Amino acid sequence: MSSQTDPASNGQPGPRPISAVAGGRASSAPVVGRDTEPTLFELSVPGRHAASFRTTQIPEWAAEELVPAQYLAETPVDLPDVSERDLVAHFTRLTHRQYSVDLGAYPLGSCTMKYNPKVCDEAASAAAFANVHPAAPPACTQGWLEVLVELEESLCAITGMSAATLQPAAGAAGELTGLLLMRAYHESRGEDRTRVIIPDSAHGTNPASVTLGGYEVTTVGTNDRGGVDLDSLRAALGPDVAGIMLTNPNTLGLFEEDIVEIATAVHEVGALLYYDGANLNAILGVVRPGDMGFDIVHLNLHKTFATPHGGGGPGAGPVAVSARLADFLPGPRPARLDDGRFAWAQPAASIGRIHGWHGNALVLLRAWTYIRLHGAEGLRGVAETAVLNANWLKEKLRGTFDLPYDRPVMHECVVSAESLDKATGLRALDVAKRLLELGFHSPTVYFPLIVHEALMIEPTETESPQTLAALADALLLVAREATEEGAAGEARQAPRTTPVRRVDEARAARRLVATYDQRS
Amino acid sequence: MNVPDDLRYTSDHEWAATEGGRVRVGITDFAQDALGDVVFVQLPDTGTTLEKGGPLGEVESTKSVSQIYAPVSGTVVEVNTGLADAPEQVNAEPYGSGWLVVIEPSDLSQLDGLLDAAGYRAATA
Repeated sequence: MSSQTDPASNGQPGPRPISAVAGGRASSAPVVGRDTEPTLFELSVPGRHAASFRTTQIPEWAAEELVPAQYLAETPVDLPDVSERDLVAHFTRLTHRQYSVDLGAYPLGSCTMKYNPKVCDEAASAAAFANVHPAAPPACTQGWLEVLVELEESLCAITGMSAATLQPAAGAAGELTGLLLMRAYHESRGEDRTRVIIPDSAHGTNPASVTLGGYEVTTVGTNDRGGVDLDSLRAALGPDVAGIMLTNPNTLGLFEEDIVEIATAVHEVGALLYYDGANLNAILGVVRPGDMGFDIVHLNLHKTFATPHGGGGPGAGPVAVSARLADFLPGPRPARLDDGRFAWAQPAASIGRIHGWHGNALVLLRAWTYIRLHGAEGLRGVAETAVLNANWLKEKLRGTFDLPYDRPVMHECVVSAESLDKATGLRALDVAKRLLELGFHSPTVYFPLIVHEALMIEPTETESPQTLAALADALLLVAREATEEGAAGEARQAPRTTPVRRVDEARAARRLVATYDQRS
Repeated sequence: MNVPDDLRYTSDHEWAATEGGRVRVGITDFAQDALGDVVFVQLPDTGTTLEKGGPLGEVESTKSVSQIYAPVSGTVVEVNTGLADAPEQVNAEPYGSGWLVVIEPSDLSQLDGLLDAAGYRAATA
């Protein structure tokens, strides 16, 4: 690779000259290359609109006639004026500059970015489901209620739990729900417990949820096999401990071998076990959290059950619990009646609502479709293929990247660029950025925190052997460029061929510019 | 990696320097390098009582948020307010302008329990 070449230019000059026409910028720019996409403000022409009430017969009213004077803004809000044509062009071009699960491999560890089957979207767009008002009486929504009841039952069967709530809007909402259930359970027994234990390899949401739930965090260490350190755990346990939050397999992609001893020790002090379902994809249909001794389980439907991750939502994070916690679940819950009909029912000691209406119902419908179409055997196949893929990749990377805990992994593998960094100056971040130029989304980097220069790779079950081989080749190429060609410095400039090049993350965090008019 | 001989160290990568009877505290060169670009530092107010090994503050980088622990027990008498506008000093001069707090220790002999430069070098080798 020659440092003379600038792959970003594609032999073309930089931004093209634009003829000056009064008003905003033209809504046309190359999809790839160096031209920046104009903002909606730059496309704006005063008085231009994307909507017209001209032919609707709806009379126009002045804002002053509809809104009491004290609620009216004194100056108009600065909003862009754009036509529908320019608006659609703007967002379509941005879409073309995005990487997505529909576009290619997305081995972002811990996130389970598997392909989302289109048949699930098809079910969710069926008018019979999509056009139902959530306030419609149960007599008119028996089909919807049946889907929700069956989803609860399926999730309980998969996790080995007794009852579930579908309300939480995502994993973090599920975590908070779980901690509130933990609190309700202990309070119902007249116990005032103050601490929740979390391993040092845990997802960052765990300590945040514990704090939000009103508990203090106690951290326990990791042993040399990458599992919870039992001595450290036993020392931390006591009558003031409300529970422990674990994910199994853990964030190192390793199965928690001592889970039975952990569960026994935690239950002996009257505390509960919380299962963070982030990594459920590894054990789906193989082993159940309920059988390991867990009392509360949250599930990330957008991970394990292939509903869209979306641009931050909507998600769904159902929570399933053992029998002794069922009465505390959020309500109302969909219920199967003895006569075969369905209704809404409120749990006896419910902690209340966690979400308006019935959760993100169309996401729940996608997960129900996914589970129905796979069946029990198919779901087990999901886990087995995900685990096989991760182990295959790990073996391909052996010898080039460090394997900090060298054990068979589950659905993801954590490798380290520490030796590469020491030998060549190539860091995990540079590997991730160079990978973008080679056509792959980057793995998660610098997590879990207990592994230096970590690259956390989760290929999922949906990538073909050909794609896995190409991903392994790309990772090995990046390392070889640094070791054999001394190209670590060039990798530090990557990505050079993407619409947005290396961003200055430190400057972005130190000098936050959150809105268009804060730009200087 | 820079490990000055005249400082004391914790295994959590804080350094401690005695100045008269007081103790200046920061994070080590090893720590700033591992954290990457520091973007925010949260420090206690002056007058805060600290316990040896207890939380002192947080250093946030583009990679993570890390807890900082007090190397000795005592009271915070000085805080590096300059880090609010220039957290990058922790990266540039971890033993200089990137210092975090000065503590009036309740028991200066606690310093003897910390690692010396050779011990810290061995711990981070």
